[in-house]
Amino acid sequence: MTINQSGWKPSTPVKGPGDTGTVTGNRALMLEEPLIFELDAGESAGVDLPDVPQVTCRLGGLERSERIGLPGLTEPETVRHYTRLSRQNYGIDLGLFPLGSCTMKHNPRLNEKMARLPGFADIHPLAPKETVSGAIELINELAFWLIDLTGMHGLAMSPKAGAHGELCGLLCIRAALEARGDAREVVLVPESAHGTNPATAAFCGYRVENIPANSDGRVDLEALKERLGPDVAAVMITNPNTCGLFEPDMKAISEAVHAAGGLVYCDGANFNAIVGKVRPGDLGIDAMHINLHKTFSTPHGGGGPGSGPVVLSEALSPFGPIPYTARYADGSVKLIEEEEAANEHPSSFGRMTAFHGQMGMFTRALTYILSHGADGLKQVAEDAVLNANYILRSLEDVLDAPFAHSGPCMHEAIFSDRGFADGFTTLDLAKALIDEGFHPMTMYFPLVVHGAMLVEPTETESKAALDQFIAALRHVAERARAGDEALKSAPIHAPRRRLDETLAARKPIVAYRQPAPDGAESPTRSEVGDR
Amino acid sequence: MRYLPLSDTDRRAMLGTIGASSVDELFRDVPESARLSGPIAGLPMHAPEMAVERHLTALARKNTPAGEAPFFLGCGAYKHHIPASVDHLIQRGEFLTAYTPYQPEIAQGTLQVLFEFKTQVALLLGCEVANASMYDGSTACWEAIGMARRITRRAKAILSSGLHPHYVSVCKTMARFTGDTLESALPQLAAETDTDHLIASIDDATSAVVVQYPDILGRVTDLQPIADAAHAKGALLIAVITEPVALGLLKAPGEMGADIVVGEGQSIGVGLQFGGPYVGLFACREKHIRQMPGRLAGETVDAEGKRGFVLTLSTREQHIRREKATSNICTNSGLCALAFSIHMTLLGEKGLRQLAELNHARAVQLAERLSVLPGVRLVNDSFFNEFTLELPVEARPAVHAMVKKGVLGGVSLGRLYPGADALEQGLVVAVTETATDADFDALEAALKEVAK
Repeated sequence: MTINQSGWKPSTPVKGPGDTGTVTGNRALMLEEPLIFELDAGESAGVDLPDVPQVTCRLGGLERSERIGLPGLTEPETVRHYTRLSRQNYGIDLGLFPLGSCTMKHNPRLNEKMARLPGFADIHPLAPKETVSGAIELINELAFWLIDLTGMHGLAMSPKAGAHGELCGLLCIRAALEARGDAREVVLVPESAHGTNPATAAFCGYRVENIPANSDGRVDLEALKERLGPDVAAVMITNPNTCGLFEPDMKAISEAVHAAGGLVYCDGANFNAIVGKVRPGDLGIDAMHINLHKTFSTPHGGGGPGSGPVVLSEALSPFGPIPYTARYADGSVKLIEEEEAANEHPSSFGRMTAFHGQMGMFTRALTYILSHGADGLKQVAEDAVLNANYILRSLEDVLDAPFAHSGPCMHEAIFSDRGFADGFTTLDLAKALIDEGFHPMTMYFPLVVHGAMLVEPTETESKAALDQFIAALRHVAERARAGDEALKSAPIHAPRRRLDETLAARKPIVAYRQPAPDGAESPTRSEVGDR
Repeated sequence: MRYLPLSDTDRRAMLGTIGASSVDELFRDVPESARLSGPIAGLPMHAPEMAVERHLTALARKNTPAGEAPFFLGCGAYKHHIPASVDHLIQRGEFLTAYTPYQPEIAQGTLQVLFEFKTQVALLLGCEVANASMYDGSTACWEAIGMARRITRRAKAILSSGLHPHYVSVCKTMARFTGDTLESALPQLAAETDTDHLIASIDDATSAVVVQYPDILGRVTDLQPIADAAHAKGALLIAVITEPVALGLLKAPGEMGADIVVGEGQSIGVGLQFGGPYVGLFACREKHIRQMPGRLAGETVDAEGKRGFVLTLSTREQHIRREKATSNICTNSGLCALAFSIHMTLLGEKGLRQLAELNHARAVQLAERLSVLPGVRLVNDSFFNEFTLELPVEARPAVHAMVKKGVLGGVSLGRLYPGADALEQGLVVAVTETATDADFDALEAALKEVAK
């Protein structure tokens, strides 16, 4: 079998006009690394398995006859391959990672250790319940912390990530509306919302409409009230919002939505800013997902896995998904699945994943919560907000801060590209920040700010780290204002210079294929895919 | 507080720079009535590492790990040996504490891993392209049905009775809200799968047929006739894999005409973890790539002409397309995909094949021993490392009775299909390379006892 038949011959990894002149293409500690498919000698393996006993095969005549084509490496080669690749990555362990809306805080290593206890890591999701009572207790303990911290009524633990949590919340809302025979079709979403909000609403069959923002970067309450009506199922609000601002009218928004018969979904991506300080339940919210990988510091892992439990109001709790854990008056806990649901959770909208959600993340999040306690979590929010305001006020003279006039920000500071020299962009500034040894901030989001730069330092940065970051950002901002042409070629010190994303999208090569044999004509990239 | 670097001196200095007299002043947008004045009442205060560790360890001790008992559970999650280097490598901070590779110049590690992972998955499943992973097998299964709807512009999917009932539940949850029609049925305790019934059910309104391979009872069936019948009516074949090790030995679904192949990748590199996090596999034909959900890493060059990798074709995704995206998914299961990829690299072609042969051979040995027990019938003619027994008694209490004898003996169909009387004597037994002869003896003895 060949892959990507219309592809383009892969370049060799080390050659190029900008080469440093070493034979290997390496630059001291920066080591180039081929693909596993280019390393494989064919018959290697990094495992030694017992001999296979002789038996009569019972595969129904469906044995594979062809080779799969999988490369194999011994353990030393494998360790070296992935260690070398790891060194081409930036991570929180290396430095400040101010990716707004993503909450890149330190990941405590105790959390990793606890998640690896065999009693949590090595238990089967369908194990007889009497053999996993500690796991069920753990889920329940975390659930009660999350309920207490948010002032809500119930909880759905199974959603696998933030966007999956949004889906869970909207399915609860839809189930609740259907239960009262109320077929509403529209979900209102602010323009500044994460892209997952409108995508989720559409994914479960709603029509999405925008809510306008006012000049202070907040939801325009009057415009919202005007739009509310019998067709509006729900409003999805991020609070604090994606401009890093608290929605001071949140309670009035909730009351208006409820008065019009709708429900309020809160995107809890930014809960880190208010954990221990404000309970969303006090603001009239009906459902909110909590990104355990943000507020409660389960590792981001290069893009997941996340975890997105959803806290629910009393009105929505009966509709939450199974499986879930219930706690009874005598303190006992129980895992409710299909069999028990008929009696104990009859209005549930059903199952949204095969098993119990992200148990590995629950263990880490509970460890984090117990380490911090009620006092530490409050301090988390305060320090996160303090750090963001420190950055905002330290840089507002060189970077345009569109909402700085309206007061303090919450856990993230937003800047725009206003004041940059002609032809200089947020992208140029971000790439120059890479050369300074930092991961750039979130760029071009939210969409309501031109050339947006959303900076979220988090609470796990020291003042010294913040001061160094501020100095670096000040320097590159000054270069962008002055129109320093050198900025256009940044980064120059990273493992790669700017990558051609247009080429990648126009003529995609999304899997490795064997290069053409010597002498054969190299195929060229070509368009693929039905649009 | 060991995780918070600011000192009170720092805080005072920073408030001075900001021009605020207190931290509370920074929260002034929060209405006074909603602001808590102190730590939330009734919750404990911060705790030392030692105390937290003691508490969690006590909870963990209440559970019986798979490695500490004769263990034969499967049905969508499998206990395999994971080489020590896998967990070591995924804990490197540059992998563990990285974000989605939105800045490719400083994320080539993650991006190259994803490119390699996607290629490994595509090869294994017999498809041209794969994505950078989904949450798990069950959510990947629903996404495949949605993708088939977009490709065929039809909204009726036929689910095989051999599809994992929890996967069916996930699809039904979603279909209730999207308006898709799903046809499904309960499996029967028979050697034959429902291939003939599926073929007969396909009509001009069918978007896709969804078949699990091997199925929930462990049976293996040729997908080619189903693919041919689906294609003849303009429908797609979606194949679902819950045990990817099987494909070391079995023909890949893509080779038998499946258009979309999805699966649960947990078996390779990822521990049982009570159900998550796992890693959803998703592969398809290259011509359908623009209808695919999830992330893709693609090859390109940098400004100096060096090869590099970037996230690509993101115009399908929610952060660009918002309500018009192919899915609302915003993450993949990155670290689990890394674990899968490392384990697969350690196995290689030869290791995977040997692992698969070992699993099959051990399963055949155990099936032969158990099927001669009085009153016990082996349902399967064919299987890979998992088979179904029909016991002379109800299987659900039998499982609990075996726990009392220290044996985790299998998954009862009564648990998976509550209320289905015809299935209540069914017990699904999974055998991997981790089961020893002593484990076999223990299961045989326990089953003999409880199946009386």
